[in-house]
Amino acid sequence: MTALANGWRAVCRIDDIPRLGARRVARAGAVPIAIFRDAEDRVYALLDRCPHKGGPLSQGIVFGTSVACPLHNWTIGLDDGCAKSPDQGCVPRFAVKVEGDVVSLDAGELARSNARGPMECSSRPSPHVSNAAPDEARRR
Amino acid sequence: MKKCKLVMVGNGMAGVRTLEELLKIAPALYDITVFGAEPHPNYNRILLSPVLAGEQTLEEIVLNPLDWYAEQRIALHLGKKVEHVDRVRRVVRAADGTAADYDRLLLATGSNPFILPVPGNDLDGVISYRDIADTSAMIDAAARYRHAVVIGGGLLGLEAANGLLRRGMQVSVVHLMPWLMERQLDDTAGKLLQKSLEERGLRFLIGAQTKALVGGAEGRVQAVQLADGSEIPADLVVMAVGIRANTELAERIGLYCERGIVVSDTLQTITDPRIYAVGECAAHRGIAYGLVAPLFEQSKVCATHLAQFGIGRYAGSAVSTKLKVTGIDLFSAGDFLGGNECEEIVLSDPTAGVYKKLVVKDDRLVGACLYGDTVDAAWYFKLLREARTIADIRDKLMFGESNIGDTGHEGATRAAAMADTDEVCGCNGVSKGAICRAIKDKGLFTLEEVRRHTKASGGCGSCTGLVEQLLMFTAGGDYSAAPKKKAICGCTDSSHHEVRQAIRELHLLTIDSVFRRCGWRTPNGCASCRPAVNYYLLSTWPKEAKDDPQSRFINERSHANIQKDGTYSVVPRMWGGETSASELRRIADVVDKYRIPTLKVTGGQRIDLLGVKKEDLAGVWRDLGMPSGHAYAKALRTVKTCVGSEWCRFGTQDSTRMGQALERALWRMYAPHKVKLAVSGCPRNCAESGIKDVGVIGVDAGWEIYVAGNGGIKTEVAQFLCKVKTSDEVLEVAGAFLQLYREEGWYLERTVHYVARVGLPYVKQRILDDAAGRKVLWERLQFALDGEPDPWLEHARAGIDARQFDPVAAL
Repeated sequence: MTALANGWRAVCRIDDIPRLGARRVARAGAVPIAIFRDAEDRVYALLDRCPHKGGPLSQGIVFGTSVACPLHNWTIGLDDGCAKSPDQGCVPRFAVKVEGDVVSLDAGELARSNARGPMECSSRPSPHVSNAAPDEARRR
Repeated sequence: MKKCKLVMVGNGMAGVRTLEELLKIAPALYDITVFGAEPHPNYNRILLSPVLAGEQTLEEIVLNPLDWYAEQRIALHLGKKVEHVDRVRRVVRAADGTAADYDRLLLATGSNPFILPVPGNDLDGVISYRDIADTSAMIDAAARYRHAVVIGGGLLGLEAANGLLRRGMQVSVVHLMPWLMERQLDDTAGKLLQKSLEERGLRFLIGAQTKALVGGAEGRVQAVQLADGSEIPADLVVMAVGIRANTELAERIGLYCERGIVVSDTLQTITDPRIYAVGECAAHRGIAYGLVAPLFEQSKVCATHLAQFGIGRYAGSAVSTKLKVTGIDLFSAGDFLGGNECEEIVLSDPTAGVYKKLVVKDDRLVGACLYGDTVDAAWYFKLLREARTIADIRDKLMFGESNIGDTGHEGATRAAAMADTDEVCGCNGVSKGAICRAIKDKGLFTLEEVRRHTKASGGCGSCTGLVEQLLMFTAGGDYSAAPKKKAICGCTDSSHHEVRQAIRELHLLTIDSVFRRCGWRTPNGCASCRPAVNYYLLSTWPKEAKDDPQSRFINERSHANIQKDGTYSVVPRMWGGETSASELRRIADVVDKYRIPTLKVTGGQRIDLLGVKKEDLAGVWRDLGMPSGHAYAKALRTVKTCVGSEWCRFGTQDSTRMGQALERALWRMYAPHKVKLAVSGCPRNCAESGIKDVGVIGVDAGWEIYVAGNGGIKTEVAQFLCKVKTSDEVLEVAGAFLQLYREEGWYLERTVHYVARVGLPYVKQRILDDAAGRKVLWERLQFALDGEPDPWLEHARAGIDARQFDPVAAL
């Protein structure tokens, strides 16, 4: 797909992702990225690998701002990539930009993510840019 | 923003649990202040008995160390008793003058021991058994004195007596009632308990009334005088004759109290909406609970209201008592005394120390009392709570759930006898040691919590009894309770039954409308409730309600079984297990073309292609050219058949044709759970019809139909439903039974559990006695299945989002 400025790469249009669903972005020689769309049309990107036993999160049921892993039903937060307590573990998340109806990922970040440990868990919230007001209060 | 102020009076288990729940969901809402009359942080009161007996130390039973309060920035005032609350100015004042303002006040003042109004009850050496101070006083007395008298032969009294005995005192128990623990045990069990405690060295005075406590020279108690004039020497008297809700403060500040501080379903006091009460001090719908589990339920609900979510109601708990008196397992629930119009089923084996009594009324279990062997307690409690008919299992009832079959933990029934490394949960590989550690380290009290933290008993559930026993050993005896009504999931308070009813009665057609009408608290449910509601809509309103693929588990969304490595398995349909050379050739070609790693014959007489990549699924289906086998779905899976009269020299009926006719009539049938059928051509039953949801067995004069069998976790033998003459009748009876299950079963409930819930007599009445009703059911099923597409070959009509098979992009 087209390369944009700042390393943003368009991957699809928002309607290519079912609402409360997900699609996969394939990567040569690396774990795919799962991109999710919630009921409010916010889009999230996580590594498509559950921190528990590596299940493909893109195949899970999406609800609220979470996804249930299809293998053992761990619940992973879409905005922080972390398993819901008492389960423990995080999956890397990636910046997503939605401009108009085009969904883009940061190619530079994806390239760097190949180098870092797959289970790294940072407390910094991932940059999340969307066409809705960016600081719109998250619903519980 | 200025924070709201929350003040809690009382620093015990229910109160602190409420704070923990609150901090979990609204960590920054309040500045919290806690007043505790005792000079200790929150500890596990249930474990005072092991401390007294010298098995644990005080440090070990602390639940929230002082560091915890500091981390949570809670202002903690220990050893300060609150004397007054000014409800107008909203200020709490302790005896020493310490004051705190509040916006919300939480009363968790617990209960007080009842002190007998007899002369001498204020002498030195006369104590109750309620807190750390009492326990320390007993330990201290045991080191210096010889004779102890415990007044009250209930659980607490017996634990105190046992602890003092273990510390070397001579102990007598004075009990007014005709047998021990009369509120938990019947007379036989009570007397068995007395005998076994006497063998350990305790002395009992049963039916004895305390008249006075006699003091000695230095004002210390010296003897207990009974109503018959006799005296027993006593250097220590422990009163354990019951507890009363501590409503002293509440009454003083004008809150309405009955047995406790009267609260609503939101745990708010009915007098002052700014004041909440939880725990033993609260009276909810006339009941002041004393067991841990109901109190923690209250904590949870109260926390959501303090957090200003305004959700959740506490509707009361059904309570059973499962406890341990000095190493003897006891359980009772419901009306265990029996009597009027009740029948009793009793097993008594005094030599082995086992006694079980089940009380039955109108074919329902209404009470149970178990002594010495409580492994089936959870099962009996479930039967009792569900009030389901036991007519069909009456002959097996006494022998417990496990006599039906139990797998995954080597048939172990006594957790105490297991080694730490022994596996308790065979599904999730959890050892006894891991469970006990989690209970201790994380302060778990309920089965639900153990499940969440360790996954033990979260798979098939057959080790639930063992996990409950471990909870009892580790956290104390006092945990068993269950909500009166079970909600579908945490998103709502509605039960499966209520949701099904609403969908039918209000003609609801979309998930959103169900969520609105049935009080969902989450915007779009969760992974548990959405598939259930989607199924209920489709099964109630076929051809009207629209399927929501995003509310289906991945297997039903992609029409293949996901495997541990993210690939899928494909099982094509072979009618009645019969195949042909050309089908086998096509399967072989597909395996070669798509490099499918494993090809396996299944238990249901099909062929399984394992390790198919998701992007290959559509191609595999197309090249196979065979119908979907639905091995991935909560739906009709297979009809297994034997070869039958066409080839078999013993066969009496053509079971293969019968099985194929059933499979063609029923395929594409979604259900609450998977459905498996079998047809055997003679009673040798080579198709294993006895462990299927519907099993058909050919006999010379026709067909026998069995229902609700199961070959899974617990092997359940199918029950005889009826005998019919023709294959058309087989279709109608089997179809009508399955439609009944489709319409009334709860999501993920197998036929065996559905029939156990409603009772076989009910099924017989609907299917056999009501011939017109049976025809209507069968017609409704045919209507629902008529023209349903094959999802493998008609993607568009089946509403499959084919985009899922390909990545959206490649980088």
